[in-house]
Amino acid sequence: MKRIIISAIASLAMTGAALSDDMKLAVTTSFHNSGLADILLPQIKEDTGIEVQLLVVGTGQAIKLGEAGDVDAILVHSLKAEEKFLAGGFGTHRREIMYNDFVFIGPSTDEAKLADATSAADALRRIEAASAPFVSRGDDSGTHKKERSLWAAVDVEPAGDWYNAVGAGMGAALNTAAGMNAYIMSDRASWLNFGNKADLALVYAGDPALFNQYAFLPVNPQKHPHVKTDLAAELEAWLVSDVAKDLINGYKINGETLFVFNAE
Amino acid sequence: MIDIWSGLSQAFWLLVTLDADLVEITLRSLRVTMTALVIACAIALPLGAFLAVRRFRARRVTIAVLNALMGLPPVVVGLIVYVFFSRSGPFGVLGLLFTPTAMIIAQVIIITPLIASIAHQALRELWSDYHDLLISMNTTQRQRIQALLWDGRRALLTAALAGFGRAIGEVGAIMVVGGNIDHHTRVLTTAIALETGKGDFALALGLGFVLIFMAIAVNLAIHYISRTEQEGRW
Repeated sequence: MKRIIISAIASLAMTGAALSDDMKLAVTTSFHNSGLADILLPQIKEDTGIEVQLLVVGTGQAIKLGEAGDVDAILVHSLKAEEKFLAGGFGTHRREIMYNDFVFIGPSTDEAKLADATSAADALRRIEAASAPFVSRGDDSGTHKKERSLWAAVDVEPAGDWYNAVGAGMGAALNTAAGMNAYIMSDRASWLNFGNKADLALVYAGDPALFNQYAFLPVNPQKHPHVKTDLAAELEAWLVSDVAKDLINGYKINGETLFVFNAE
Repeated sequence: MIDIWSGLSQAFWLLVTLDADLVEITLRSLRVTMTALVIACAIALPLGAFLAVRRFRARRVTIAVLNALMGLPPVVVGLIVYVFFSRSGPFGVLGLLFTPTAMIIAQVIIITPLIASIAHQALRELWSDYHDLLISMNTTQRQRIQALLWDGRRALLTAALAGFGRAIGEVGAIMVVGGNIDHHTRVLTTAIALETGKGDFALALGLGFVLIFMAIAVNLAIHYISRTEQEGRW
């Protein structure tokens, strides 16, 4: 028995040993589902030697992890939450990297006629007028916050049998929408990479109000002295470099460009 | 139904070609759960035997609490472990969050009450048989516990396997404390959750079948090593 306990403790100690040049970056599910990370991470490793460990969570949880100092930096897309994060002194600064856009997905029959909508606000009004089933992320993520702000802009408090807040990630919410044949707002990348499209189709896109800005925020070392500020700075320098620009702008799914690099 | 078939064929090809990523996350699943199981057994089996042989005031309450903790939701355990091991938490300086060690700690908390409870149930029966003999031999409490643990080893194996089953299929806690980081803390169950989120049901099911095969293989291996369920033995 003693030997078992000793070997158990030994294996515990070994798993606790950390690797050298690695840092933790909290990213949003929508960024990860796009598949861009699989292109960027190997190149980052090659150019800088940094092994970026991704924690794929919603924006709400990403900010929470940054505030607690459990990650070295965050890459998220919710301006208001980011500004609050900075105002609380949890981050050193905010660096815009790139943007993509949100799209409206719905049943291919399109009962609410979103294809004829003139703007994002008009699209939402059509869904509400038709009481067409709508799936909301309902998880306080960047996508959910964006959806709430769009509803607020048209002065509608969405409620009723047709409005379903599922409290889940983008993929799980898309699965629910596919099962219910409902409308949903998704980022374009998650939609294109989604495998279970069932009878859903892209019904509306293109309003500049639907643009989705990603920003990189390193965690403040004054709050959490253990964070790897130098690695975060090195990663940031790489993310705004020309190499990153070419990879981000050149990333395509089914021939469609997903992200537009706009770092300054 | 098509998803089930394509899941089975995906599982088949992943296994036949020994896909490198699959081998990596499967071995990590096994390492995390086996380590957690050994630690949990080291705590729970003596505890179960102690509860069987010793009569003390808080015994009934202890047993009730253990039984209740069997139903502990893993995600709650995950959150509690997260709060303690977060950089802002009391054990934050250890830097264990988002490591396999944190996952092992969470799983130990989840399966220890389960193993202790089943072990206690089994050893209580044995103790009623052994009671008079062991008392008349004037044994110490330590000797009584040792005798029960050794003679009840077949039933204790069942307790351990139940603990293994709960730990290997668990996703709520290790998702929170492990973070599902690729090549670092990703295991079979968190990979299944990830692929489901991507809508790739076939791959998710394929990984699920691999998990089931592995659980069966581990159970068979343990029976083989301990020579139970064979002719002339039980």
